[in-house]
Amino acid sequence: MNIHDIKKEFPIFDDKIQNNDLVYLDSANSSQKPRIVVDRIYDFYTKEFSNVGRSVHYLAVAATNLYEQTRVSVQKYINAKDKDEIVFTKGATEAINLVANTFGQKYLSEGDEVLLTELEHHSNYVPWHFLRKAKNIKIEFAEINDDGEVTLEAIEKKITNKTKIISVSHLSNVTGAILPIKEIVQLAHLKNIPVLIDGCQGAPHLKLDMQDIDCDFYAISGHKMYGPTGIGVLYAKKKWLEDLPPYQGGGGMINEVKKEGITYGELPNKYEAGTMATAQVIAFNESIKFMEKIGIQNIEKHEKELLDYGLEKLRKNNSVNIIGNPKEKGGVISFTIEGVHPHDIATILDEDGVAIRAGHHCCQILHDKLNLPATARASFGVYNTKDDIDKLDEAINKCKKIFNL
Amino acid sequence: MDLKDLYQEIILDHGKNPRNLGKFDNYNKDAKGNNPLCGDNVHVYLRLNENKKVEDIAFEGHGCAISMASASIMTDMVRGKEEKEVKEIVTDFLGMIKEKDSLETNILKDDEKTKLMSLSGVKQYPMRVKCATLSWHTLTSALDNSDQIVKTEE
Repeated sequence: MNIHDIKKEFPIFDDKIQNNDLVYLDSANSSQKPRIVVDRIYDFYTKEFSNVGRSVHYLAVAATNLYEQTRVSVQKYINAKDKDEIVFTKGATEAINLVANTFGQKYLSEGDEVLLTELEHHSNYVPWHFLRKAKNIKIEFAEINDDGEVTLEAIEKKITNKTKIISVSHLSNVTGAILPIKEIVQLAHLKNIPVLIDGCQGAPHLKLDMQDIDCDFYAISGHKMYGPTGIGVLYAKKKWLEDLPPYQGGGGMINEVKKEGITYGELPNKYEAGTMATAQVIAFNESIKFMEKIGIQNIEKHEKELLDYGLEKLRKNNSVNIIGNPKEKGGVISFTIEGVHPHDIATILDEDGVAIRAGHHCCQILHDKLNLPATARASFGVYNTKDDIDKLDEAINKCKKIFNL
Repeated sequence: MDLKDLYQEIILDHGKNPRNLGKFDNYNKDAKGNNPLCGDNVHVYLRLNENKKVEDIAFEGHGCAISMASASIMTDMVRGKEEKEVKEIVTDFLGMIKEKDSLETNILKDDEKTKLMSLSGVKQYPMRVKCATLSWHTLTSALDNSDQIVKTEE
């Protein structure tokens, strides 16, 4: 599959949006969906639908097999040791909540510390805040440097003998910084501290190898990986999934239920209570196959080219200020224009079909640190082209013209 | 949709150089407003004299051109008006932004109405309506002595 010709695989680009060709630069928020993923959902509901893991009729067995095939695909894609280390969730948010809740229940008590960073998305802060309220734990934040990176040294500085877990982003959704997660994990493990990686922005853009990274937990968002909404993955080392208590109670996660007591199901059922997002899980297999077909190396290379081109172009554009300058950076460019508020930028760009995001991107701690109420953000996916970036640049110029800059 | 309807000269002018920006000492009513999704915020201060007339009004805050212009024009417009009149203007303005084609109040002069109508462009941009209305809701909150911070997201 040729990456330079990939737009045609995405039906959203077939038609004009408000009379414009769509220039979609909001993939860090959510990616567009290839036809095969959309078709898979339709086919499953129209030809194959049944609930999984319960009944013994033909459709139920077939659906269960399809559902489990996605688990194996994900396992292989991220190089997990065992398919039981793959837990389906409703999204990365739920994956992080699952860990915070169950790990917190079992291992955290008053005065213990959880180490995050200043560039975390709210979904990797709020779940830990719940524990701060419930158990009086402390939350520490490793600081960003002037380039918008979090270095290994910044992490090391905040580790104390009270640190019980470290939870950090793989790739910042604002500055684009790629964190040295392998080194962070090595350092943490020397001190017997488990590490959770928020892989929302990592998984769609970077090669994942759980054996190489060696993290304890890795949270994945399906809808940012060209997959459906309502599906995420928690990768966790088997020892943790066996050790931690269940997260939600309900059907499917139990072994035996008696009036006197309950025993829980085997992995991974223990963490998948109730009817799961079956169609989405099954369609997510197509997203994985789609990314495998292109090849993650090709995706990385393509997005790096776009990033370099975009940075060069926007740096030349007067009054555009790019947020952060990390040495290792993913396909995200957050920026401000002096004299134009990010929301005005987003509205004006939208008029030409250039879809970006403006706001704090669910990272208020980071924006407070940068002393900016909001930024504008262009983020890339496989379907973007240099032409998209030219259109972004032109639309920024129009914006400056309207504001007499 | 036409961007020129949204970003009229008067909006750009008030957005860039907001009138009545700041805080004054002897205010006796104030309220805060937040737009959590955008990160915009506004703090309205006003002095109501013994005759229930707005003697002075100002605001602090930051936000997009629409929200700054709206707060700027609003503060210009209600200074010197009686509380009852202010409330009528607020209701009329919010009604216009929401559904009506024009302003109906007799309190405002025609040129003042024209000025306010410059904000009507947001109607075509549903996501931006809250930018235009935040300071107005906050003004109401200040007059009503509400301790609640006004939020655009319900």
